[in-house]
Amino acid sequence: MTDDAPGALEAHLRSQRDAGRKLLVPYVTGGLGEHWLEVIEAMTAAGADAVEVGIPFSDPVMDGPTIQEASQRSLDGGATPLGILGSLEGLHVGVPLVAMTYYNLVFRTGHRRFARSLTASRVAGAIVPDVPLEELDDWSRAADDAGVETVLLAAPVTPDDRLARICERSRGFVYGVSVMGITGERQSLAESAAVMAKRLKAVTDKPVLIGFGVSTPAHAVEAAAEADGVIVASALMRRLLDGASPEDLGALVAEMRAALDAG
Amino acid sequence: MSEPSPGGRFGDYGGAFVPESLIPACQELDRAFRSAWGEQAFHDQYEQILEEHAGRPTPVTDATRLSERLGVRVLLKREDLTHTGSHKINNVVGQALLARRMGKHRVIAETGAGQHGVATATACAMFGMECVVYMGEVDVERQALNVFRMKLLGAEVRPVASGSRTLKDAINEALRDWVASVESTHYCLGSVTGPHPYPWMVRELQRIVGDEAREQCRRILDGTDPDYVVACVGGGSNAAGTFAGFVDTLARLVGVEPAGGAAVGRGLPGVVHGSRSMLLQDEHGQVSESHTISAGLDYPGVGPEHAHLAAAGRATYVAAEDGEVLDALQLLAVTEGIIPALEPAHAVAWVARAAGTEDLPEGSTVLVTMSGRGDKDAQQVMDILG
Repeated sequence: MTDDAPGALEAHLRSQRDAGRKLLVPYVTGGLGEHWLEVIEAMTAAGADAVEVGIPFSDPVMDGPTIQEASQRSLDGGATPLGILGSLEGLHVGVPLVAMTYYNLVFRTGHRRFARSLTASRVAGAIVPDVPLEELDDWSRAADDAGVETVLLAAPVTPDDRLARICERSRGFVYGVSVMGITGERQSLAESAAVMAKRLKAVTDKPVLIGFGVSTPAHAVEAAAEADGVIVASALMRRLLDGASPEDLGALVAEMRAALDAG
Repeated sequence: MSEPSPGGRFGDYGGAFVPESLIPACQELDRAFRSAWGEQAFHDQYEQILEEHAGRPTPVTDATRLSERLGVRVLLKREDLTHTGSHKINNVVGQALLARRMGKHRVIAETGAGQHGVATATACAMFGMECVVYMGEVDVERQALNVFRMKLLGAEVRPVASGSRTLKDAINEALRDWVASVESTHYCLGSVTGPHPYPWMVRELQRIVGDEAREQCRRILDGTDPDYVVACVGGGSNAAGTFAGFVDTLARLVGVEPAGGAAVGRGLPGVVHGSRSMLLQDEHGQVSESHTISAGLDYPGVGPEHAHLAAAGRATYVAAEDGEVLDALQLLAVTEGIIPALEPAHAVAWVARAAGTEDLPEGSTVLVTMSGRGDKDAQQVMDILG
């Protein structure tokens, strides 16, 4: 892949955005419960533009209590990285999937093998939050060769020059972290979310999605005012952990979809 | 031991695998430490505090009765005699000075046995800083005395209920706090682990152990160095500090890991808590839990420089079982009148087992770092020995 040619994930998100739609990317922890694949289908049917699939790690330092619990429960149920990816092979949802995981799973599996496994499961993108720019090369070589788009995160404390480099290296979209902190539901969207979105939009034409603490349809609308869209994780996983069905989660995603479409 | 590469690599190991939110803070810390460590005034201040508040330099004790028993000459570097009872104070004083220099008034730390937590709480009390210590629930239980000490020193101890509820999980929780608080908070990491610059910085702040010991050994051994230098290794900070003083000598360096947490001995390359090193993990890369009676060594990873020293063949890493550690603790108590912490008892256990074999031939001289004293473990050992 050359720098200029967007991959399937970026192309899809760009076309949706350019058609005037705000992007909605919900998250599900792979292997969580018996119905996680149906959750992906329900989310997609409810208007998700892509789905982020978490591949759980034993020590998720970027995650708050909800995703920690979801990860642990998935692992306790016997989930493995390649098992989760294998399950995705049979899934046909019509929107791109993005894997989210931590670097040791990639490293232990092997960069090339992991990248090829993503491709084999038709996973278009990867988010590996503990691989910053300085440590990116080993993974991105393998990912680029396999056609996997590596999404990079930008944080409120990222200085301007570094922000530009992150946007340049990021594939698929740019993930703007709304707040200094870990993942998790919050009462209100941080003021830093709008600032983050504006700063990113000022330096990149790639789709800009805001995540961390986007917990309600109102938050989604607020975050998408400056950004191209939002990522929603803990609010959905909290309900799944509490026993919600795929239909329940689909309904919540549909609410967010409707709110975003209404602007 | 030399400086790591600018990205914090010791050979294949090290680096800074942290979320973007922490990158500016790691870079700021690297600049702050690099600048401070190049200034004589900073060294003077650091050494003065350690002298006036922590009792440095610590002596080297010629362990004559133990030596007679084992047939090798054992010298003990007495970090157990420092204020707060372990080598942890050396690192913490340096980092507290740096935190103040960077204008950060809140300090967080993780602790396993509680020694690093107590040291951090002590330095924060001295410097008038807010202190929060994360500690796994299992360790809160088995190191109740240190929990109380931290509270007396004005620190808040937050028990961690996730994962294995030990040191690994305390580090996870400290990192999560730091991601949210990094602009006002310094993370005072207690070992030679974590993202760059920690493994390098903590080793430099602990090298006072090895630098002192080298000079002291030369005085005792008529100008020569010991044949062997032995220290216990969990994350590996007392070993790194000790080895730093001897890496340029002919001494053989031996790190003793707990058998149930031998990351160098039984682990594979992996990345956790910000650096690439040796790591106990399953085939998928999920981090394994370590199991040892010693809370201070109960960690599935190890500092990246140890992984490098092992790969380069400059240091050897061996393991000690819980049972022989308890025996070693009692052996040192009755032969030398020193009750060591369970952590350095691992180092003594290996010396006791290896003495007279080809690993540690009869008549050798061996320096062992007594990284801490056994008061904190008295209750636990009493329960085990009955």
